[in-house]
Amino acid sequence: MTIPMLPFRILVFLLSCVPLALLLLDIATGSLGPDPGQTVTETLGLSALQLLIVTLFMTPLARWTHWSGWIKVRRMVGLFAFFYAALHLMAFLQFILGWTDLWATFTKRPYIIFGSLAFLLLIPLAATSTKAMVRRLGRRWKPLHRLIYPAVALVWLHFIFQARSDITEMVIYGLVVVFLLAIRGYWFGWHSLVPLRAAKRR
Amino acid sequence: MLIKKRPSWALSHSDVTPESVYLDRRRFMGGMVAAALAGAGVPRLVDAAALPIQGESLEFTAMPGFSTDEEKTPYEDVTRYNNFYEFGTGKGDPAQYADEMSVDPWSVIVEGECDRPGTYALEDLVRPHDYQERIYRLRCVEAWSMVIPWIGIPLADMLKRFEPNSRAKYVYFETLHDPDQMRAQRSLFSTIDWPYQEGLRMDEAMNELSFMAVGLYGKTLPKQNGAPMRLVVPWKYGFKSIKSIVKIRFQEERPKTTWEMIAPQEYGFYANVNPEVDHPRWSQKRERRLPSGLLSPNWMETRKFNGYGEQVAHLYKGMDLTKYY
Ligand code: HEM
Repeated sequence: MTIPMLPFRILVFLLSCVPLALLLLDIATGSLGPDPGQTVTETLGLSALQLLIVTLFMTPLARWTHWSGWIKVRRMVGLFAFFYAALHLMAFLQFILGWTDLWATFTKRPYIIFGSLAFLLLIPLAATSTKAMVRRLGRRWKPLHRLIYPAVALVWLHFIFQARSDITEMVIYGLVVVFLLAIRGYWFGWHSLVPLRAAKRR
Repeated sequence: MLIKKRPSWALSHSDVTPESVYLDRRRFMGGMVAAALAGAGVPRLVDAAALPIQGESLEFTAMPGFSTDEEKTPYEDVTRYNNFYEFGTGKGDPAQYADEMSVDPWSVIVEGECDRPGTYALEDLVRPHDYQERIYRLRCVEAWSMVIPWIGIPLADMLKRFEPNSRAKYVYFETLHDPDQMRAQRSLFSTIDWPYQEGLRMDEAMNELSFMAVGLYGKTLPKQNGAPMRLVVPWKYGFKSIKSIVKIRFQEERPKTTWEMIAPQEYGFYANVNPEVDHPRWSQKRERRLPSGLLSPNWMETRKFNGYGEQVAHLYKGMDLTKYY
């Protein structure tokens, strides 16, 4: 397949910007409804999860299509996921908490604890995504970046622990995540899902 | 009973802001926010114009003694942003899908410990009474709140006609259960065991604040707000104010309520608004009074019993409200 890389990269970049663009448009047009802080927080959180899932789709897509272009945009999509997660956290702190009640919120509420742990795991991934860091970490880079697996699992827990009554949406996302992890286990061996452990044993 | 002395929760004597003025102001502020955030030159694509009030006009007597003077939440927000899980968990789902429910004709089964059980047509339940308008605060357990002008009748007046007997310690309410009309009841992954169920202790139900609403903003209830008849218990979290009621039962044992059955550690039977009792997911100390803004969030301190303590605190004398939450 000969898909030119640069236009593809630009396309993926623009697509990743769409959720934010739509949100800004809603803000500009005042069409976020009567509780915009809550709506913005939820929208950003959902976009972050979706982009995390898209990131996890890149490796399988590359295998299915025999095209490495997916892998080449993987870092960018992952960084967008982190970017949306960071905005999500900022929105929560600013619009929902108003920077009050921080201690109780981050120590007592299970869904917040899961979300925070997920975010903490994503920080080193974003920080080590540059070419220089990839080179510096060498063969330790891959096991480190497997932290995305526990991270996405924690995000899912974060999601389902805030469900009020209907969990249809959470079940659907959960099935997709399980599929993405299971297919790796199937292809590369289940040990390939364990983060941080050096890859030498095999 | 018409003009009562103003209780403490009725705040100041200034008039409630007329809706048109309110909406103009809101539109103006929305424009400012848009300009601030998007920079100059971005046109506002959608004009959040006032929604015409739908429904049949009702005749009613205003009850200033039972009404707050706080700014009312605009009609469009009251009717397009709420929870009614029979139609979905999104705040816009009720407005979008409640039309699939038919509310005419409507009848209510009355049963249990009373001398006049039976199946009553809606008209027979409400016709003998004069409608009142009461502007109540509504506080959702999710930490947002509204101010809504309800039209209806005191719950006590309706319940007394069924002549509850001495064994009637509690009154139980039930929402319509019809998956054909209520799409979220068809969901495979709902943790609610339909129908939605609620209840009050008899003295709570007979309290002068307890209200059976048939309308809001002067007209019959929109379906998404619980047409044709819903409870309004303003000192309790919103989920106690059960919508689209089809059954009323007087009973000796305390009924189990829907939310209590799903998550007893989070939702109790009493569910009194109480900033001192934390919810595992949301702090109850403050609330966002809607409509709220991004740059000017409308935060306010939550008051115990939603500010209706003078009327209801005596009901819970001697009870440990951290245990009976
Ligand atoms: C850093 C700590 C985090 C905090 C404090 C936080 C907080 C929140 C809050 C308050 C909500 C709304 C809950 C509600 O009212 O129902 C929410 C929803 C959500 N968050 Fe987070 N979050 C965090 C991290 C994350 C991360 C890292 C992700 C994904 C990568 C994420 C994805 C989501 C999703 C998918 C939702 C549900 C949105 C919806 O309801 O549609 N969160 N989060």
